[in-house]
Amino acid sequence: MQKIIMSGDEAVARGAWEAGVSVAAAYPGTPSTEILENMALYKDDVYATWANNEKIATEIALGASIGGLRAFAAMKHVGMNVAGDPIFSAAYTGVNGGMVIISCDDPGCHSSQNEQDNRWYAPHAKLAMLEPSDSQECKDFMKEAFRLSEEFDLLTLLRLTTRVCHSKSLVEQGERVMPEEKKYKSEFTKFTMLPVNARKRHVIVEENLEKLKEYSYTSPLNRMEINNSDIGVITSGISYMHAREAFGDSVSYLKLGITYPLSDKLIKDFAAKVKTLWIVEEGDGYLEATVRGLGLECVGKEKLSCQGELDAARVRAAFGVGETTETYTAEAQAPARPPVLCAGCPHRGFYFALNAFKDKLVAVGDIGCYSLGASAPFFGFDIAICMGSGFSIPIGLSKALEKQNDSRKVFGLLGDSTFFHSGFNSLVDAVHSGANVCLCVLDNSITAMTGHQENSGTQKNLMGYEVPPVSILEMIYATGIAKERVIIADPIDQEAMQAAIKTAVENEGVYVIISKRPCALLKEVIKANAGIRCEIDADKCVGCKRCMKVACPSLAFENKKAWIADPANCNGCGLCMQMCKVGAISRIGGAK
Amino acid sequence: MTTNILLTGVGGQGTILTTKILSTALAQLGYDVKMSEIHGMSQRGGTVNTQLKYGEKVYAPNIGEGEADIIVAFEKVEALRALPYLKKGGSIVMDEREIYSMPVLTGDAAYPHDAEKELKELVGKVTVIPASKIAEELGSIKAQNICLLGALVKQLGLNETDWEKLISESVPAKTIDINLAAFKRGYEYAE
Repeated sequence: MQKIIMSGDEAVARGAWEAGVSVAAAYPGTPSTEILENMALYKDDVYATWANNEKIATEIALGASIGGLRAFAAMKHVGMNVAGDPIFSAAYTGVNGGMVIISCDDPGCHSSQNEQDNRWYAPHAKLAMLEPSDSQECKDFMKEAFRLSEEFDLLTLLRLTTRVCHSKSLVEQGERVMPEEKKYKSEFTKFTMLPVNARKRHVIVEENLEKLKEYSYTSPLNRMEINNSDIGVITSGISYMHAREAFGDSVSYLKLGITYPLSDKLIKDFAAKVKTLWIVEEGDGYLEATVRGLGLECVGKEKLSCQGELDAARVRAAFGVGETTETYTAEAQAPARPPVLCAGCPHRGFYFALNAFKDKLVAVGDIGCYSLGASAPFFGFDIAICMGSGFSIPIGLSKALEKQNDSRKVFGLLGDSTFFHSGFNSLVDAVHSGANVCLCVLDNSITAMTGHQENSGTQKNLMGYEVPPVSILEMIYATGIAKERVIIADPIDQEAMQAAIKTAVENEGVYVIISKRPCALLKEVIKANAGIRCEIDADKCVGCKRCMKVACPSLAFENKKAWIADPANCNGCGLCMQMCKVGAISRIGGAK
Repeated sequence: MTTNILLTGVGGQGTILTTKILSTALAQLGYDVKMSEIHGMSQRGGTVNTQLKYGEKVYAPNIGEGEADIIVAFEKVEALRALPYLKKGGSIVMDEREIYSMPVLTGDAAYPHDAEKELKELVGKVTVIPASKIAEELGSIKAQNICLLGALVKQLGLNETDWEKLISESVPAKTIDINLAAFKRGYEYAE
């Protein structure tokens, strides 16, 4: 069979396809996004769709599973919190067609708001759990996840981490094999979670987990590598790779592929073969808790902290094994290179306008590209917690400021995709509460942060088909808010955007601003702006640095003059032009 | 034993594609290969690292501090930032290009223009290539990555691969000629 290099995410999609999956849904989120993007490559065989949030994705997949098809929902770790509601109850119902939940955790917070360890969800929600260590296992485990889900009538959690999702290694390709066809059949006692049924299903799910625990003892997904009888390492997922790299053949291993339910018998067998047990795991002491619960002595989290991402060097240092690595230290310091809003980004205009009213408002942000406006030089908001909270935290915060006679107005900021995800729910609460807030939808017509995924506002879906776009404006109007309290403005147009913010600041009650301009990196935007850029007349420039205040990465200042240092990325948005008092900046290459 | 290569640059410079082409070549040569990247926020001007490990058998996909044999820096200061990952005795291949980050542009931080000198004194094995300049001369600065790839391939001695074919299959059709020329110039430039 042909072996090709695939990322873990690609391999998961391939495994799902080979397993005969028919429906797949997800909300984009790093490091999980590419699973669905790759699933859509098989659109002739699989219905692959972005859902507006992880709960909906789970429920779409669940509906397909109940209907008899193999289905999965993929999400980043924090998305599983959103999907928790259907997951906890669908765990009781079990499946018809196999159903897999994929959680992509992000140890080290590479692009996340926390580093929660979703392995705890498996015992908590009563899910079977598999943890692959590389791309080949991503594919193999995905197939096994569907098989186990059907054989044991359990929801199966495939738990990945950033390094598994985004590392590429060789994967043997297989063929698509369709499972035995299952029809939808009405099963009220199994799929309707009324108390009377739920109580009975709870008994059944516990029995099924017990059966899987028995099976787990012999599953090829768990394996021992006995090299000697001194030290035995218990590990799973990517941590196995780090341990293997750090210790080589100097220790023995129990590599666990099924990490819930854990086979007590297997762990005890392994413990009997070695003198000392080491637990190597990234994140929390999840395996360690079970090992200790069996009354076994082990070394784990006291050596390897639960924070951050592991690598072999860290594992070696923690357990004091192997050579210590030597490196170089330079005296020169590398200046920070934080990610910034792109040249021509509409959010830059929004934040610049917001800053003009800094002392009159308190801003709450959310999750998306616009979170880049939180740092220097805009310091655009003080608070950001989770998807959708940008529109609900302001309700409570406004009450607090009111009590303290603080007259500042609370602004909430979130993007179009976040609006569809859960922001709309919060908007309804805000309108209904009549709180003194201004809610701003930073609508750039795409889910930008994760790399341009379609959402309910776009005219095409993941599979490239034309779909009816949902109007954010009409959804806002549907709350019954007075139309004069809804303002649409182009964020690059400072006069319009500042006027909108001023109105909201100076008047009591709920306001909604739609800051509307498409992402500068959208293909059609790049095409429309081809050849257009700003130019600075060095003779006219007086070196006042006003243009530098917009913090555009295309602009630089040297020898007392501003200049366009990166003309290739300047799209001539003209925000800097509006700052210049002496008319030194002009737009060239087209009428705009 | 594995050979560990850390490629570092600024979002948009094409470190990921470079690593992918190299990985494919190494896999074709029969090596076990793992490549690791972190993306998500990197399109927006931040530092991008991709890591490549190859050998008979590779376990961990990522490179820890002091574990890289070679650092390939697409920008000068990124070589400096990645230095803690270089093992004693390792080498650096770098472009002389300077790309100023936002704190430098706004005057909040200084760019260490003499970093190259210090790196040469400290590490010794430093190959500096004007890859961006070469790519620009050839017609597109975007071919910088393939120029650096040429230099890296020379250093690694990977002469059994049909690079012309592999590069042609990996880059956009319109840019094949420029990229092939950039590869050749990078290869010839390297020691």
